Amino acid sequence: MTVIDITKVQELTYSTRVEAVMSSDVIVVSPNASLEEVKRLLLAKHISGVPVVDGELLVGMISMSDVMESMEKGKLNSLVRDMMTTEVKSVSKDSYLIEAVNYLGIKGFARIPVVDQEGKFLGIVTPGIVMGSLLHEMDVKYQQKEAEKLQTYRASHIFDDMTSDGTSLVLRFMVNDHDFSNAGKASSTIKKSLQRLGVAPGIVRRVCVAVYEAEMNLVIHTDVGGEIIVDVRRDRLKVSAVDHGPGIEDVERVLQPGYSTAPQWIRDMGFGAGMGLANIRRCSDVMTLMSEAGTGTRLETLFRFGEHALGSPAAPGKRS
Amino acid sequence: MVKYAALSINSPFGDRMKLRDILEILSARVLVEHQGLDGEIPMAGAADLMSDVLAFGSEGMMLMTGLTNPQVVRTAEMAGINVVVFVRDKTPPPETVELAKDSGITILITRYTMYEACGRLYQAGLPGLGPVKIENDTW
Repeated sequence: MTVIDITKVQELTYSTRVEAVMSSDVIVVSPNASLEEVKRLLLAKHISGVPVVDGELLVGMISMSDVMESMEKGKLNSLVRDMMTTEVKSVSKDSYLIEAVNYLGIKGFARIPVVDQEGKFLGIVTPGIVMGSLLHEMDVKYQQKEAEKLQTYRASHIFDDMTSDGTSLVLRFMVNDHDFSNAGKASSTIKKSLQRLGVAPGIVRRVCVAVYEAEMNLVIHTDVGGEIIVDVRRDRLKVSAVDHGPGIEDVERVLQPGYSTAPQWIRDMGFGAGMGLANIRRCSDVMTLMSEAGTGTRLETLFRFGEHALGSPAAPGKRS
Repeated sequence: MVKYAALSINSPFGDRMKLRDILEILSARVLVEHQGLDGEIPMAGAADLMSDVLAFGSEGMMLMTGLTNPQVVRTAEMAGINVVVFVRDKTPPPETVELAKDSGITILITRYTMYEACGRLYQAGLPGLGPVKIENDTW
């Protein structure tokens, strides 16, 4: 068992309530039963001890060793109430499993009765029950993990499942001009999609910063909004930000860090410092900016996945 | 006050500062909580210029800022920042809070000014980015 497994088990014993795992279908005896009856019951049911319950209250425990002791003394016809252990350790239904585990594991008890605040008997917890519930919980957690894995698997395997000489996944987003409250929505959605596809986290981060800067540019500088197109292939990703807005007079100049045409209200919001395009260039592997005044602007950025290519590691275009 | 001796960003040995320590050092309150208070904070930065955050922000760093518009949360999300501290006891608009709830960003508010909030954290041993590398002489 690895360290992680131990931690997981510990975590479960600290987060699972006794009530959720206890067995409430329990054989009990009355304090007025005879030891002879208890002996027959224990033998017939193959158990080594039972709780003694008076009405609904837990009053003691009686075990095979109590029966044997009374046999030795020739007192098999004595009553349970006279031979039972009355100082019984029990756990509350609301306590965490770890408390029961301490009694069972560390103190070596074979079973621990569960009671409510009034001492009413509710059920028992045994080492077998603890084991079973932990295994069940771990299995549930495992299956949830597997289901999550499967989602990522499906998303990235579009590149394996579709046969072509080159498969692309294209995501399109419309960005409204001057819509500051929704600015960044496209970038946020792109981030989630790329994570879902299994793009390496470092690359996701670079793409996000670049896309967000590009999206802000569409919001701030166009008067008609624009479109962001993400074209994902197995080995690379291309982001284009296209608009039919006012265009850029001097493309060379806007590429200079610190040069900005943003109005004051944009600057007050923490943007428009003239660092956007420099930042996009820094984050991407290739950046191209094309613009004509009065026609529009097209910004294209390329991100190569390198060793983090998507889909199966088999050669592109081939199914393993 | 909590004291952390010479923390190094990449040191797996040094005691990492936790969110709960930050709350104490800054006398801050939690406005939006996502991870537990035992979440570790490896480093911090401060800026009112979101372009700077996007340029120099680093995965996992905590951001202190005086800006409270929703774009601060978006910027944090894009830069891989999970915790944002609003300084000078600024209460953000509801849009910012809503966005933080949706996008998994924890928000703290402190009554200290930017200068003092940074100073207190740095003094307690929370590191920054160190000297920033300027690439290609572009900026």
